[in-house]
Amino acid sequence: MAQGSRRAEGSKEGTGGPHFKANMAARYGFDRVFTVVVTVAALLGIAVLAVLLVDVVRDGSGMLSPGFLTSFPSQIFPENGGIYPALVGSLWLLGLTFLISVPLGLGAAVYLEEYAEDTRINRMIEINISNLAGVPSVIYGLLGLGIFVQLLAPVTGGASVLSGALTLSLLILPVIIVATREALRAIPRAIREGGYALGATRWEVIRSHLLPMALPGALTGIILALSRAIGEAAPILVVGVALYQTYATAGPLDGYMALPTQIYDWISRPQQVFQDSAAAGIVVIMVVLLVANSAAIVLRNRYQRRS
Amino acid sequence: MEGSRLAVEARGARSREGDWRRNSRAREVRERVVKVLLTACAYLSIFTTVGIVIVLFEETVRFFLDVSVWEFLTSTRWVPSRGEFGVLPLVYGTLMATFIAIAVALPIGLLTAIYLSEYAPNSLRRWLKPALEILAGVPTVVYGYFALTFITPFFKDSLFPGMDTFNALAPGLIMGVMIIPTVASVSEDAIYAVPRSLREGAYALGATRRETATKIVIPAALSGIVAAVILGVSRAIGETMIVTIAMGAQANWLGSPLEGMQAMTAYIVQVVGGETPRGSVAFKSIFAVGSALFLMTLALNLISYWFVRRFREIY
Repeated sequence: MAQGSRRAEGSKEGTGGPHFKANMAARYGFDRVFTVVVTVAALLGIAVLAVLLVDVVRDGSGMLSPGFLTSFPSQIFPENGGIYPALVGSLWLLGLTFLISVPLGLGAAVYLEEYAEDTRINRMIEINISNLAGVPSVIYGLLGLGIFVQLLAPVTGGASVLSGALTLSLLILPVIIVATREALRAIPRAIREGGYALGATRWEVIRSHLLPMALPGALTGIILALSRAIGEAAPILVVGVALYQTYATAGPLDGYMALPTQIYDWISRPQQVFQDSAAAGIVVIMVVLLVANSAAIVLRNRYQRRS
Repeated sequence: MEGSRLAVEARGARSREGDWRRNSRAREVRERVVKVLLTACAYLSIFTTVGIVIVLFEETVRFFLDVSVWEFLTSTRWVPSRGEFGVLPLVYGTLMATFIAIAVALPIGLLTAIYLSEYAPNSLRRWLKPALEILAGVPTVVYGYFALTFITPFFKDSLFPGMDTFNALAPGLIMGVMIIPTVASVSEDAIYAVPRSLREGAYALGATRRETATKIVIPAALSGIVAAVILGVSRAIGETMIVTIAMGAQANWLGSPLEGMQAMTAYIVQVVGGETPRGSVAFKSIFAVGSALFLMTLALNLISYWFVRRFREIY
């Protein structure tokens, strides 16, 4: 059908010269309009982000002070409350998630890229990893609830910061694996063969050459993955993050609060002062994430220029 | 530096035959141990999937001992406190938000991809792409806050004075903004893969830039674009905090976008965070809802994967 109409257009252009010219003006006009539309569309997302940031800073600036970072949240004097336990809890989550997910992610990536042959099971692992990347984060929360909080309670201490970190680690593993594999794939074959020619074993080549060379690329993925973990609220809500506790987390088996869930708790209260506290908390988490994201981008640009 | 150390190791090994052999056996053992450890890391992903399936389905089966599968799938009443478990209102809430989100993300994401690949000067492209990635990295509680405290009041003051405080429109729109980078980056990959010769052929025939983009490049990249949209739908269905914060906690079958409604993901979070006792039917129901959610996103992800592969095979 489309082809038929195109042919009709063609014959019209062929027969009438003046008609063709008028058509050209319309076409170029439409072309200019389209250029504007495309440009506006591309900048629209950034514009929303800018409005969002301005709005949040405006709402939260009244609450932001050094004391906001070092005080406990307060029900009685909410205007003096802060995010101290949530900040500590998020740092614990970050540290433990890093320790758990990075070795596992690097290991899986090295296996898939350097060891795995093209067998059915390895192909299945690959499809599986790309599927896991698309599983909603709240489902990981249910997994963590069933396995880490309930089944492994004697080891993890139930709804502890360790359970939260294990859950987040599973969530971000696919991201780390994909980024590390891409970095490994970019390393020329000659490096590996040079190593083997000198009598090095496969693992020796990986440890001394491939991992150090893949590190900048892998690190970009790791930073992006960890900044995602830090911002996630849904899975840790399901595995039992505390919305209020009177102490700051001091060990892996302690209970914990976290920044995004603290923000969520504040948002769901009607009083204006809590809304403002939420906005101030958002400013803090956005600053952390923007710094992390910029670091990842700088790292990637430098790495891309080198290779 | 590392390379020279390797060379020294190799030389040392060659000069001492006895050492070499013993060393070599140790190295062989180490190689085998390392390989086993790395394999275990890779197989962890299989265990994760198996774990998800077992946890979800075990509790779901227990739920279906109390509530009939038929009621769950066909009833349009979801009132857990009264023991009414028809999942359709939750699915409706999820799909309403998803539909609004895609209505935003598909045109804007696609136009962004066209701009990035066909129009943007290189210098602009270099900072626009990372900026878009930041859009995808904003925590969803932040988007939720924005939908609830900025977008909804804005609509109430201007277009829809009768709108509920919790509604589907504001979180849907914001979710769309969140998904723009996903749709844009996957469709840009597809557009990028369209051979240059097709574009140049079009220009040689006198096509304008817009005609080349919309009549040649987009049709050629269509399967990749479809994959991008499916991936976006899957993201929107699984998104949790935006709808939890801004869409409400009341299941609403066939409500208008200006009314509050409850999404599947929001129901899970709201029950877990509430006072529902463990082991009750209502608590088990979150796993049944989770299973439905998992199956929906799994199907979409597989379809999208299939589309991407198919489009790769063409070029």
